[in-house]
Amino acid sequence: MVERRPLLSVFTHLGLVIGIVIIAFPLYVTFVASTLTLEQVLTVPMQMVPGDNFWNNYAQVLTGGSTRGSTAPVAPMLFNSLVMALIIAFGKIAISIVSAFAIVYFRFPMRNFFFWMIFVTLMLPVEVRIIPTYKVVADLGMLDSYAGLTLPLIASATATFLFRQFFMTVPDELVEAARMDGAGPMRFFFDVLLPLSATSIAALFVIQFIYGWNQYLWPLLITNDESMYTTVIGIKRMIVGGDALTEWHLVMATAILAMVPPALVVILMQKWFVKGLVDTEK
Amino acid sequence: MASIELKNIYKRYGSGKDSNQVIHGVSAAINDGEFVVIVGPSGCGKSTLLRMVAGLEEVSDGEVLIGNRVVNNLEPAERDIAMVFQNYALYPHMTVFDNMAYGLKIAKMGSAEIRDRVDKAARILELAPYLTRKPRELSGGQRQRVAMGRAIVRQPQVFLFDEPLSNLDAKLRAQTRLEIQKLHRELGITSLFVTHDQVEAMTLAQRMVVMHGGVMEQFGTPEEVYNTPATTFVASFIGSPPMNLLKAAPNAPANTVVGIRPEHLEITTEGWALQVDAIEMLGAERLTYGRWVRSVSDEVVVIRSEEFLPAQTVGTTIHVTPKVGKLHYFDATTGQRKEQSQ
Repeated sequence: MVERRPLLSVFTHLGLVIGIVIIAFPLYVTFVASTLTLEQVLTVPMQMVPGDNFWNNYAQVLTGGSTRGSTAPVAPMLFNSLVMALIIAFGKIAISIVSAFAIVYFRFPMRNFFFWMIFVTLMLPVEVRIIPTYKVVADLGMLDSYAGLTLPLIASATATFLFRQFFMTVPDELVEAARMDGAGPMRFFFDVLLPLSATSIAALFVIQFIYGWNQYLWPLLITNDESMYTTVIGIKRMIVGGDALTEWHLVMATAILAMVPPALVVILMQKWFVKGLVDTEK
Repeated sequence: MASIELKNIYKRYGSGKDSNQVIHGVSAAINDGEFVVIVGPSGCGKSTLLRMVAGLEEVSDGEVLIGNRVVNNLEPAERDIAMVFQNYALYPHMTVFDNMAYGLKIAKMGSAEIRDRVDKAARILELAPYLTRKPRELSGGQRQRVAMGRAIVRQPQVFLFDEPLSNLDAKLRAQTRLEIQKLHRELGITSLFVTHDQVEAMTLAQRMVVMHGGVMEQFGTPEEVYNTPATTFVASFIGSPPMNLLKAAPNAPANTVVGIRPEHLEITTEGWALQVDAIEMLGAERLTYGRWVRSVSDEVVVIRSEEFLPAQTVGTTIHVTPKVGKLHYFDATTGQRKEQSQ
C-alpha cells in the first residue's frame, strides 16, 4: 500500500475477505456434501454443516467407486494421476532444460530454425492436434498405458522458453571461467547450470505437476480400461444420466481427493516456487 | 613458467564482405616472468587480444605461442593458463573452497593435494576464514581475491587479468594493485594484465603495450612510453593532464606536431606568449590553461606548476619556455614520432 491509514486497511482487508469467501465457499460446499448421505445431499436447501458420513463416503470411493456410475475404486486412480503428473512434470523439465541448453550454448546449423519450430508449437494447443496425436498413439499401441498418457504431453515450448530466458541471464564470464577450469559442456551443465536452475526447476515442477494432474481431455480419450483411469476421469465416469441418479456425495468426496495432492504440492513447495519466480540473484 | 609470443595476430568477426577486422596485426614477445600491461581506451581491442591468448576467442590469423608452443588450436584448459575476470565469474552456488578447487577437481587431482593448494592460496590471499562461505556473502574485494585464488591454485604458466580492478572502489583498487605486485614478486609468473586505466598500467607494468584502434602503438617500459611516446596517441593517452600537442607552436618545423608535457613548461619572463584562460588549483600543483596570443589557432596549452609558485591572473599574458630536451616532434599526418634533436 502506498499509504497507511486505518480506513484503507479496513477496506483492503474487506476486499481480501470477500475474495477468499468467493473462492473458498464452493470448496466448503464440496466438503460438506462429501460428508452427507445421498438423501441429505438431494434435500433442498442442502445443509451447511458437515454430516457424519465422512469415513463411509471416503472409504466407499477409495475402494469401490460409486454404486450407480463407475464402480472403479478411486485409490488406484490417485496412483495413476500421481504417476502421470510426476512423469509429465519431470519429463517436461528434463526435455526442456536440455533443449534450452542446446539452443543457448551451442552453435549448430539451423539453430534458429529449430528455435522457431519450438516457438511455433506454442501456437498449436493440445486440442488442435488431438486427432492426429490420438491416431499416432493408437497406432503405436499406447492406448491405456502410462506412456500414452504422458508422452504426448511432455514436449513443452513454454518450459523451454523459461529455461532459455534463465540461461541467457547467466553471465558469459561464468561459461568462460568453466572453460578455463577445463569443464566440458556437459560438466558445465551438471556442475554449474543445473544447480543454478534449482529454483526455476522447482517453480516449473509445481506448475507442471498441476498441469499433469488436471489433464482431462487427453486421458478421457485414450483410457478405456478402468485400471488406467485418472482421478479426474474417475469423477466424470461417476456422473451418470439424470441429476437424481448421480451419487453426488461420492462425486464430491472424489473431487476433494482430487484436489488434495496439487494443494499439498503448492503448500510444500511454496517457498521454492516463489523464489523461482522472483529470484534474481544469480 | 613461460614466455608468450604473439606473431602478427589478426582478429576478424564475420567473413567475406561483411567481415569486421578489429585487431590489425599485433606482434609482441613477452619474456618469462614478466608483468606486461595492455592498456588502451575502450574498444581498442585490448580485451580481444587477451581473450585470444586465453583461447576464449579464435585467432583469425597469426600465431600465439605460450612457452614456445603454438596454442592457436588448444582449448583454454590445455594452455596451462589462468584468468581473472572483470566480474570475477565465481560460481555462485559453490563455497569459496569449491570455487578454487573446481578446476583441480576436473583435472582429477587428489583431494589431499587440492586441500593443500587451496589452503596455501587462501593463506597468501588472507581468505582462510572465508573458505566455507558462498561468494554472495563476501565483499567485492574478497570476491576479487577468491578469483585470484582460483588462478593461483592451478599453478599456471601464465596469469591473465581482464580489468580485475575496475569493480573496486578507489581505495581498494590501490591496495589490490599493491597486492598484485607483491604476488607477482613472490610467484614470478608471467602475467598479462588488461586495463583502461593508465595509472594502473604505469604502476603495475614492467613493460606495457599501448593499443589504439586494434593496432599496437607502442611496447615498452613505462618510462619509455612516458618519456618517448611513439605516436601522438600514446602521447595524449599516457599522462594526466595529457601532453600538449601543438600545431601552432613558434618555430615548429613544417608538417610537425610539437609535443610538450605540462610539467615541462616553465613560466618565464620571455618565450611563448600565452593569454591565461583558466586556472585550476589541485592542491600540490596548479594547472594554468593558456591560448596563443599571436595566432589565430585556438589551441589550449596546459602548464603544470607547483602550488608555491605565484598564481597568474586570468586574462593576463604570460610567457612560458619549454625545458631543454623535453620537446617531442610528431609527423602531423601519420602521428609517428620523429627523432630529431631540438
